[in-house]
Amino acid sequence: MRIGVALRELHRSESALSAEFLRVAGRHPQEHEVRHVAGDLAAWSRDHVLTIAGIAPRYGVEPDGPGSPEPSGEGRELPGEESDADLLLLADLRRLYRMSAGVALDWDLLGQGARVVGDSGLIEVTRRCAPRSVRRMRWARGMLRALSPQILAG
Amino acid sequence: MPSRDPIAEPWGTRTPYGPGDPWPARVDLHLAEGVEPDQVDRWVRSASLLHSNGDAMDIAVKDGRIVGVRGRAEDRVNRGRLDPKDLYGWQAGHSPDRLTRPLVRRGGELVETDWDTAMDLVVERSRGLLDERGPSALGFYTSGQLFLEEYHTLAALCHGAIGTNHLDGNTRLCTATAAAALKESFGCDGQPGSYADIDHADVIALYGHNMAETQAVLWTRVLDRLAGPNPPRLLCVDPRPTPVAREAALHLAPRPGTNVALMNAILHELIRTDRVDHAYVEAHTVGYGELVRLTADYPPERAAEICDLPAQGIREAAALLGGAERLLSTVLQGFYQSNQATAAAVQVNNVHLLRGMLGRPGAGVLQMNGQPTAENTRECGADGDMTGFRNWNNDRHVADLAAAWNLDPARIPHYAPPTHAMQIMRYAEKGSIRFLWVSATNPAVSLPELRRIREVLAHRDLFLVVQDVFMTETAELADVVLPAATWGEKTGTFTNSDRTVHLSEKAVEPPGQARPDLDIFLDYARRMGFRDRDGRPFPQWHDPASAFEAWKRAGAGRPCDYSGLTYDLLRDAGGIQWPCDADRPEGTERLYADGRFWASPEECESYGRDLVTGAPLEEAEYRAANPGGLAMIKAAEYVAPHEEPSGEYPFTLITGRTLYHFHTRTKTARAPELQRAAPEVWVEVSASDAREAGIAEGDPVEVRSARGAVVARARVSGIRPGVLFVPFHYGYWDTGAPDAGGAGGRAANELSATDWDPVSKQPLYKTAAARLRALGPGDGRPSPAPTTTASAPVGAEVARTRGEPDTRETYPGGGTR
Repeated sequence: MRIGVALRELHRSESALSAEFLRVAGRHPQEHEVRHVAGDLAAWSRDHVLTIAGIAPRYGVEPDGPGSPEPSGEGRELPGEESDADLLLLADLRRLYRMSAGVALDWDLLGQGARVVGDSGLIEVTRRCAPRSVRRMRWARGMLRALSPQILAG
Repeated sequence: MPSRDPIAEPWGTRTPYGPGDPWPARVDLHLAEGVEPDQVDRWVRSASLLHSNGDAMDIAVKDGRIVGVRGRAEDRVNRGRLDPKDLYGWQAGHSPDRLTRPLVRRGGELVETDWDTAMDLVVERSRGLLDERGPSALGFYTSGQLFLEEYHTLAALCHGAIGTNHLDGNTRLCTATAAAALKESFGCDGQPGSYADIDHADVIALYGHNMAETQAVLWTRVLDRLAGPNPPRLLCVDPRPTPVAREAALHLAPRPGTNVALMNAILHELIRTDRVDHAYVEAHTVGYGELVRLTADYPPERAAEICDLPAQGIREAAALLGGAERLLSTVLQGFYQSNQATAAAVQVNNVHLLRGMLGRPGAGVLQMNGQPTAENTRECGADGDMTGFRNWNNDRHVADLAAAWNLDPARIPHYAPPTHAMQIMRYAEKGSIRFLWVSATNPAVSLPELRRIREVLAHRDLFLVVQDVFMTETAELADVVLPAATWGEKTGTFTNSDRTVHLSEKAVEPPGQARPDLDIFLDYARRMGFRDRDGRPFPQWHDPASAFEAWKRAGAGRPCDYSGLTYDLLRDAGGIQWPCDADRPEGTERLYADGRFWASPEECESYGRDLVTGAPLEEAEYRAANPGGLAMIKAAEYVAPHEEPSGEYPFTLITGRTLYHFHTRTKTARAPELQRAAPEVWVEVSASDAREAGIAEGDPVEVRSARGAVVARARVSGIRPGVLFVPFHYGYWDTGAPDAGGAGGRAANELSATDWDPVSKQPLYKTAAARLRALGPGDGRPSPAPTTTASAPVGAEVARTRGEPDTRETYPGGGTR
């Protein structure tokens, strides 16, 4: 059974996403909506990480605590982002969108696995966490769509 | 002269009435000293412009001057009554410090000039930026006090002619959450209920709504019901001991910022005790299952912990709402300017959807407005919406609007939601907006975190145009100042919180060279040479009446349909509620009486947003969730405020209004009776907190947050312990120290945080952390806060607030009387 693999990967990716949301919130203190909502969404990831840590031992997985996320290792997102604060903002939101999408997909996969093995506890966890992952994607998409016209026209 | 003292008794004498009876008339009148009613030359139709209630009145004119006001007994809104602000506020128009000539900045100073010079400068800068940087370099920030005709013209100019997406109003600070909550629940803006629901309700729930001070005449209506047979029972949710709280059967004072937790627990109890109209929910709504699932996690005990309330109180609140046969709910800034604003306001709508209590007498929702013409900014699209409650994300709506304006649809920006005020300021801060035209509002006092706002507005790369009646703190920072006419000096219409449209006619000439706002906007358009699709000058209208006709065409077929209204009809009949068209020539008292909503994917004003993240949903997502266009029950989890009290800043700071002032006091401080009633800023602190800090009534204190500080005298009041209240009306124009920010300012917004509701984008003025410091003993004088209102003192002898004879006193900007 490979559900443990999926749990381990989600634990890693949610930890990384939490760290990334906090990093973006800290990097744009004057972009107030980004700062505040990214902080709220980081809390969702922390909650998901704790949830996974609670259920993973059933599948033989003992993930590390939430304090040790691997670096996202995503590298540069957009050319020019190093020297241009506006492009950096778009790049950060774009990265959050992609990372959230990956996490959303993994929750979807875990949900499929939970159904096939009939683990009602795990099904409940995926029902709670998967929609939030999609909502984080939508948030990043919405912020990108709202902020990009002014930045691209400027 | 009125037989009462309207300052000491702002709600006046009782005219009790019972459920279903008509509210008796009581005519309030105030004339200048020495003027008797039979000496008045003319009475001119108008309504109140100093709050959102829309009280109808006649302006008394003698020898070409306004000499007083009289409430209109036959009008549906007020039946003759007037708010103290209306009885006295008209005097501000006579103030000798009115702006009477345009000003331009030369060598760092504002100097008088003529209209041609000022407008040519505005046009030259507009043209230059349009050529160099395109329409996104221009922003417009307007008001909640102009007229419908002016907002529609401004929306047509910005969205149609210029093609900028950056137009918003200060209504963003007061009414954005009302609009957002209505869109989320019902698919479209539009007040469901009617003031007349007060006549029928058996339970009235007021959520964060100090109606006694924000809509004094509407509160009079409630008091008259309370004094009559079979009175309604009131539920009050407010951290302050407001006059509403004093009359309430049940008062809950939650920890600020926790409204969603409270509402979820109330809904939890309504569901648990099955106070649900299942037939209504089944036939007219989507989303009930999700609400049941989510609120299951909010038993009263959990909310009690989050809100710091007794669980039993929450259960009693739910029982009161659940037992109502005719429930009226009203919501205002205690929800709209607090953490999770829209999510909380939507839960109030959910109570009504669950209980099937919409669209019949006494059963309604009033998502209130704070400003007199806020409703019109929403309808006209001058506040970050599209004209006529259209959906910017629906190409057919945009094409429809373009047809009404006779413009190419591609000229109307519809690639993203119209930019909200706080984002406009951010773009100005970053330098991508280089031109900002502010009309009839005073952001240098009213926006959060004033030190930042002053820097943005004063930046030399920003060309700031300010159009106003007085030299406000914002006008002081302008490059061009345009003197505007005001209420009583120009003609137009405006609409109150319950969709009642009034005509306000010109009674007197404006002073000096001051001009109506509509004329200024149209003059700009002509000088800019805007053209429509047929090469005609755009806008195609030229005066208030033609602007009103143009608006009727732009709004026809939408919920805010004015097509059955004319100036003549409004003059003869008084206030009429929209929609008013050929099928409904007398207007419409309540929306959604038939359980039909403007929520189909084709009709809706918005595809909705995520109530927690604010992310907009796309058409496909909306179609999937609500294909049948039903009302939407939307659930939301509680999320803690972003700034919580801490060791360094142990208090929660909230800001708000007092009965006697409006906004930044530009008018009310120039009316001696009002200024005397609340002459200076104060801070409210609970008795236990005052004791602990060694503070007595009237002692000078400093309130400090991470952004700045305010120095004021303490009013020891019945406010919830742990909470401080500072009124936001006081700025610097009458202190001689316009930039007193840092070390002891006077404006509450020195303290507030830059944070807004992600759904409505309304700034959160009621969720900041602050500390309180005693500045030594006072001189024995009490704080200047009114005693008649929520700021009433406890445990100290304070002379009652009352009107005084107007003799030999000097007033700021007003000379002596």
